[in-house]
Amino acid sequence: MSIFLEIVVSVLLILGSIVTLIGSIGLAKFPDYFTRLHAPTKASTVGVGCILIASMIFFSVELGHVNLKEALISIFLLITAPVAAHMLAKAGLHYKVNMEDNTQNQHLAKKAYLHQSPDDE
Amino acid sequence: MDKVRKFIWFPTPYHSILLWVVWQILHDFNHGHMVLGAVFAIVIPWIAAPLSEKEPVAKKPLKVLTYVFRLLFDIVVSNYDVAKRVLQSNRSLKPAFIAVPLAINEPLPLTIFTSSVSLTPGTVSVELSEDRQWLYVHVLHLEDEQLLINLIKHRYETPLKEIFGC
Repeated sequence: MSIFLEIVVSVLLILGSIVTLIGSIGLAKFPDYFTRLHAPTKASTVGVGCILIASMIFFSVELGHVNLKEALISIFLLITAPVAAHMLAKAGLHYKVNMEDNTQNQHLAKKAYLHQSPDDE
Repeated sequence: MDKVRKFIWFPTPYHSILLWVVWQILHDFNHGHMVLGAVFAIVIPWIAAPLSEKEPVAKKPLKVLTYVFRLLFDIVVSNYDVAKRVLQSNRSLKPAFIAVPLAINEPLPLTIFTSSVSLTPGTVSVELSEDRQWLYVHVLHLEDEQLLINLIKHRYETPLKEIFGC
């Protein structure tokens, strides 16, 4: 494996780890349920994406043929992550979890809970 | 019971191709698995097709590519954005709910739209109104409500409308 590819793989691994770490910190420090949802959904896609690309390059070179399994993993992750986030947000809404006081438009959360449109009485 | 369906060899050709390709990737394009994958790609849609509803097909495949690349780019940008917010103090955060009026209401384009919203600029789609006219979105940090709504509509909804022609 050439030194150039090794550098590329290492940089991708470190970048992926940093993004995942920031996502985890966000999960721990954001003030309420809904804001906490934001950090992991985004960090997981790019963080895991970087690590998977690094793995794809490494094993393609090591095994001597193109290895696309990681590409499949990242595609499935891209499809499932937003659905999971949506279901979590929905569950939070229906359990009426506490919101940060400075959340704007809190009346919209009530409308969403009742599946109404915003101008309904 | 509705009447017996006419037998079709390839009820969902795109799914068959996708299934075959995924099977090949999982088994490193082995010759034996090419045949086995073909058998699965033909037989599974016979069983699965009657279970699913008819979905609209992308009418402009080229636009799908530009949409995917725009989405990937936006995911990276939004990551940078959220990472910055994570490292700043919580007090500067201005979370909010917004309601986005919808112009599409078929299940598949709508799913892609809500998923795109969840993946990008500090937004998570929370709930749909019953008449599928409004999408409720939670925003991590809201500066200008109308601007954000226009951005979401312009960046994701308009191209999706063009792609699916609905």
